[in-house]
Amino acid sequence: MNVHEFQAKQLFGQFGVPVPRGREITSPEVGAAWAQELNTPVFVIKAQIHAGGRGKAGGVKITKDQSAVPGLVKELIGKTLITHQTGPKGREVRRLLIEEGAAIAKELYVSLLVDRDSGWPVFIASTEGGMEIEEVAAHKPEKIIREAIDPAVGFQSYNGRNVAFALGLPAMEPAVVNPFIQMLGNLYRLFMEKNAAMVEINPLVITADKKLIALDGKVSFDDNALFRHADVQQMRDLNEEDPLEIEAGENNLNYIKLDGNIGCMVNGAGLAMATMDVIKLAGSEPANFLDVGGGATKETVAAGFRILLKDPNVKGIFINIFGGIVRCERIAHGVIEAAKEVKINVPLVVRLQGTNADEGRKLLAESGLKLEVANDLWEAAQKIVKLTGKAA
Amino acid sequence: MSILVNKNTRVVVQGITGKEGSFHAAQCKAYGTQIIAGVTPGKAGQEVEGIPVFNTVRDAVKKTQCDTSLIFVPPPFCADAILEAADAGITLVICITEGIPVNDMVKVKRALRGKDVRLIGPNCPGVITVDEAKIGIMPGFIHKKGVVGVVSRSGTLTYEAVHQLSTLGLGETTCVGIGGDPVNGTGFVDVLALFEKDPETQAIVMIGEIGGDAEEKAAEFIKKNVKKPVVSFIAGITAPPGRRMGHAGAIISGGKGTATEKMKSLEAAGVRVVNNPAEIGNAVKVALGR
Repeated sequence: MNVHEFQAKQLFGQFGVPVPRGREITSPEVGAAWAQELNTPVFVIKAQIHAGGRGKAGGVKITKDQSAVPGLVKELIGKTLITHQTGPKGREVRRLLIEEGAAIAKELYVSLLVDRDSGWPVFIASTEGGMEIEEVAAHKPEKIIREAIDPAVGFQSYNGRNVAFALGLPAMEPAVVNPFIQMLGNLYRLFMEKNAAMVEINPLVITADKKLIALDGKVSFDDNALFRHADVQQMRDLNEEDPLEIEAGENNLNYIKLDGNIGCMVNGAGLAMATMDVIKLAGSEPANFLDVGGGATKETVAAGFRILLKDPNVKGIFINIFGGIVRCERIAHGVIEAAKEVKINVPLVVRLQGTNADEGRKLLAESGLKLEVANDLWEAAQKIVKLTGKAA
Repeated sequence: MSILVNKNTRVVVQGITGKEGSFHAAQCKAYGTQIIAGVTPGKAGQEVEGIPVFNTVRDAVKKTQCDTSLIFVPPPFCADAILEAADAGITLVICITEGIPVNDMVKVKRALRGKDVRLIGPNCPGVITVDEAKIGIMPGFIHKKGVVGVVSRSGTLTYEAVHQLSTLGLGETTCVGIGGDPVNGTGFVDVLALFEKDPETQAIVMIGEIGGDAEEKAAEFIKKNVKKPVVSFIAGITAPPGRRMGHAGAIISGGKGTATEKMKSLEAAGVRVVNNPAEIGNAVKVALGR
């Protein structure tokens, strides 16, 4: 789960990571009042959406004039920002962060995530702050510093020293070395205590008056651990999520909307991905990823149909079920019942394999429903692509 | 011969009185697996499908000499269950549970380091040695005794591959699901090494997916150490970056972990990579010259 920058910075504040004074703003009136209270030489007004690249898209305004703040708030709220991470439709701005500006002397980069190979949390740091870290990794890999933290003992001061010296921080600005080491320790505590999946500060700045400040902040959380953190759950902003994905989640389905026009419904995540791949191989594009889970029932299949059919791009549906513990004849019953409930007006191909597959296919064939039955994966993919036409 | 488990493997099921645990314990037992104990705290003295239940893994080990654990404990309590098994002297822990917090697994993985215990999973279908022991949730009947070792990050996609191998008459030796989580126990490399040494296994099927670099590491290992033919399919060539495709570990982040990159590494290591998952079985047949 992702959260907004202002929420990430609230968490930073709670854990002793220095951030600019700022507040979430949703109206020009409150913006004006906050600007007066903030009383700073430079006001920074930042659109809050779950996507990077806001600055380039016009989502960040800077002014020295306090009286200009309400006008800028009015301009940004309701505006649709299109960045390289939002897709062509863009994202509507509903909330802003207004904070004090900082006099930047130097920009750094710091993030923390779990290294999958070792299973240890790893700090990534660089003197090339303010740039995309992937760019730095690609073009100046020597500028990337990694420091793994032993989870058995947690963050130690030497970890902090390793990073600080590798960055050349003492030569850059000796006054920030100790605060920097302390800050890394605080980030580690936040990461572990709140079950974060990633914490990123880019840029982390050294100001003209020799202070460290997290000028931007990004935190994402491990969905599997949200049950432990009611406070984090409350930070969820449904406006930032696809409505069909929200509906799928409510039905315990794993759904991700894509841009193609063959809707697919599959049991198991790996097979669901493989099914998308086969659709492409057969000459079309998948409209979605949908894993109905190991135990596909009439209810889950019906919910799946409803969600797939709400996507106007869907020109055909491909159901691919490998019956393991779940028997295929029960799935066939589920499909038949669900198809009666939900009006299906696009071609439907059902591929059943595994436990009692013959019986399931027979039931489908005799159901009177307008659908094609297949037993082989490749055969089924070719059928649905033929019925819906190749992708343009 | 086979790898990891066989007809002599003595299994305790942790979480045996739950819905999943009791159902699958019965299925595994029916397949012929020695399911000899179950654990649910506070339910000692009960029986599930004729299997005695103990309060702790320590008690189960003492009374039944079980050596392998199959875990169905719910995610919030699962890290605890894995550590309990390791502490009680279990040498093989197979964890089916999906949805364990990553940081829990970080701590578990660290705690198991240096101990005489192997973890398979979590978030996996388990391990089956055909006609000897089924320790997991896979449908036993699709398997057929044969010559191919299967290792995979996925569940139903593995069944798909196994079904093809069985239908073509090639059959399998052992099938190992290593799980779809970002931090897991045993990886591809360990299982590949075991298959390479196993005299019954003549070819290996490796099923990967987007996310992480386990497939790239496997490719390096294969290049240096594996003489047997390896056929591979990597799921997720159509997956968009930055989205978690069901499995917690199936995500392309920062441009890393794409299917294309993994396929390239594997091909460079001499692995036969198939683009079409329906072709896995045929590719093995060709590799074995049958």
